[in-house]
Amino acid sequence: MATVSLKKLTKRYGTMEIVHGIDLDVGDREFIALVGPSGCGKSTTLRMIAGLEEISGGTIEIGERVVNDLPPRSRNISMVFQSYALYPHMTVRENLGFSLKIAGVAKEETDRRVAEASAILGLDALLERRPSQLSGGQRQRVAMGRAIVRDPDVFLFDEPLSNLDAKLRTQMRTEIKKLHAKVKSTVIYVTHDQVEAMTLADRIVIMREGYIEQVGTPDEVFKRPATRFVAGFIGSPPMNLHEATVADGRLVFSGGGSLPLPGRFKATVSAGDKVVFGLRPDDLYPVGHGLQSGDAADVHELELPVTVTEPLGNETLVFSEFDGRDWVSRMLNPKPLKAGDRVAMSFDLSQAHLFSAETGKSLRT
Amino acid sequence: MKARRLSAPTLLLLPAVIVLAAVVVVPLILSFYSSFTPFRLTRPETFFTFIGLRNYQRILSDWNFWVAFGRTVLLLTVALNLEMLLGLGLALLVEKATRGQRVLRTIMMFPMMFSPILVGFQFKFMFNDNIGLVNNALQSLGLTERAIPWLIDGKLAFAAISIAEIWSSTSIFAILILAGLLAMPKEPVEAARVDGCTPWQTFRYVTLPFVMPFAYIAMTIRSLDVARAYDIVKIMTDGGPAGRTELLWTLIARTAYSDARMGQANAMAYFSILLSIVFTVYFFRKLAAARTQIGAEW
Repeated sequence: MATVSLKKLTKRYGTMEIVHGIDLDVGDREFIALVGPSGCGKSTTLRMIAGLEEISGGTIEIGERVVNDLPPRSRNISMVFQSYALYPHMTVRENLGFSLKIAGVAKEETDRRVAEASAILGLDALLERRPSQLSGGQRQRVAMGRAIVRDPDVFLFDEPLSNLDAKLRTQMRTEIKKLHAKVKSTVIYVTHDQVEAMTLADRIVIMREGYIEQVGTPDEVFKRPATRFVAGFIGSPPMNLHEATVADGRLVFSGGGSLPLPGRFKATVSAGDKVVFGLRPDDLYPVGHGLQSGDAADVHELELPVTVTEPLGNETLVFSEFDGRDWVSRMLNPKPLKAGDRVAMSFDLSQAHLFSAETGKSLRT
Repeated sequence: MKARRLSAPTLLLLPAVIVLAAVVVVPLILSFYSSFTPFRLTRPETFFTFIGLRNYQRILSDWNFWVAFGRTVLLLTVALNLEMLLGLGLALLVEKATRGQRVLRTIMMFPMMFSPILVGFQFKFMFNDNIGLVNNALQSLGLTERAIPWLIDGKLAFAAISIAEIWSSTSIFAILILAGLLAMPKEPVEAARVDGCTPWQTFRYVTLPFVMPFAYIAMTIRSLDVARAYDIVKIMTDGGPAGRTELLWTLIARTAYSDARMGQANAMAYFSILLSIVFTVYFFRKLAAARTQIGAEW
């Protein structure tokens, strides 16, 4: 088990810089998720930690040892790949035991560790099969077993669930979580799926275009997004984000509609400031169909026309029009609504976010 | 009248059947039949004398036939193994090239573009003990004083033939193995590196098993090729001197055309086809096994 520390980590291909000097400290036995849209540099970062990509600048430390110039085999890491990367010519048993065989571990010890991993992942019935005879989910479990058997300092996961169908993905997500609870080790997990990141990780690192936007617990990045990008990326359906100008203690949107300036931001913005107003669908709801507000005085009501509804059974996503744009809201204990209905909506402004229109940074203090 | 009309399918197939019969089936039957006769080209009437298995008995008890047979198997073994090793090496080198890979691939195939007869002439010249390039080079470099009798000494001549054979056909292995390397997914190699493999171990345990089916395809093709080796040997040594480089097909051709004993030559030919069949079956088995191993979907 070990800590991982990235210092000013940079990756360049020729003159193209992909990762711009990022810093990150991963604690011992911590589950860290690197999340971001494709091309944000998260996979490249992971591959640099693995040693599969050269480092153009900065340092990587694993367990307080600088590993920049060490080949992957000397870093004591395990990696699970998106495409599973099983050895096609070996049986499941041979796949699991391969790294131990290479390391010259005794046969009995290898058998014991393979049996252990196989028991944890429920692979006992599959041990004599070859990868081509396995389903996607089974292959992914073998890939994880191969990682466990090595008993590495750090587990690296590169979008391990992306090739699975939605149902299997949810199931494997739970298995990974259970697995981490059992083997208790440092994990760095790359995904483009914010739900995966939120459900699995102790801390989430949100990356964008080679920079880190925010590092925080799932709760922090959800409740206090540091930037407009994080606010839009985390959460489903995404936060309502609309540009506005501050005037007379109100937020005036481009179409002329306005909302009161939430009390919390009165000291941080002044008239004429251009901001981005953000409100999660959970904090916008037909009157009486939302969560209890923390501060009733900050709940603002408006009657709006419904444009679309998406019933999900236990709740309904209601799209309504305000200031010429669609705002998505979450309706708990739903009652039937249809397009064109006019509904009184509660804006819980105590939960609202404001970001600088210029820098995208949160204006929360 | 109606009963004698041929049905449409039969009628449509008839041209193909006639052509095939004329060019394949009839010659096959005739040659097979003639292997049971003392047929000599100079005495056509012998074609109709049936002597049963006497030709087969004669060749199977003929020491010279078995020597030629054994030498052909030896050439097969030497050439195929060396071609496999060299082809693998070449393919690995070319695969590493980041630029100019197309050009290299084309250059690699040059030897295959020359007629084997010309390759034979070229190597015959190079290995000539008097004016040949090889002896000249060896003498200029001071490696030897005397002229080495490359094509006269039996063992050296065999080596010279093997070299010509390998030079002309290593690229078949190289191209097929390179195709395998290019088709290979990169992740298992990366997984092996993370799993603790040295570059050699990665090659040994991951890359090699993956390209072996491709090597077996090349071996199947080449085993048929070498088992009927004739042209290069004919030009370089003509099976000589004194039969010291005689291979199956040079022997068969000599028996058939120089000695005019067509019946016996056909018996030899049918027997040596067995050799090709055995090798083909062997490599196809290996190929099938290797394919299952890597879980190939082709």
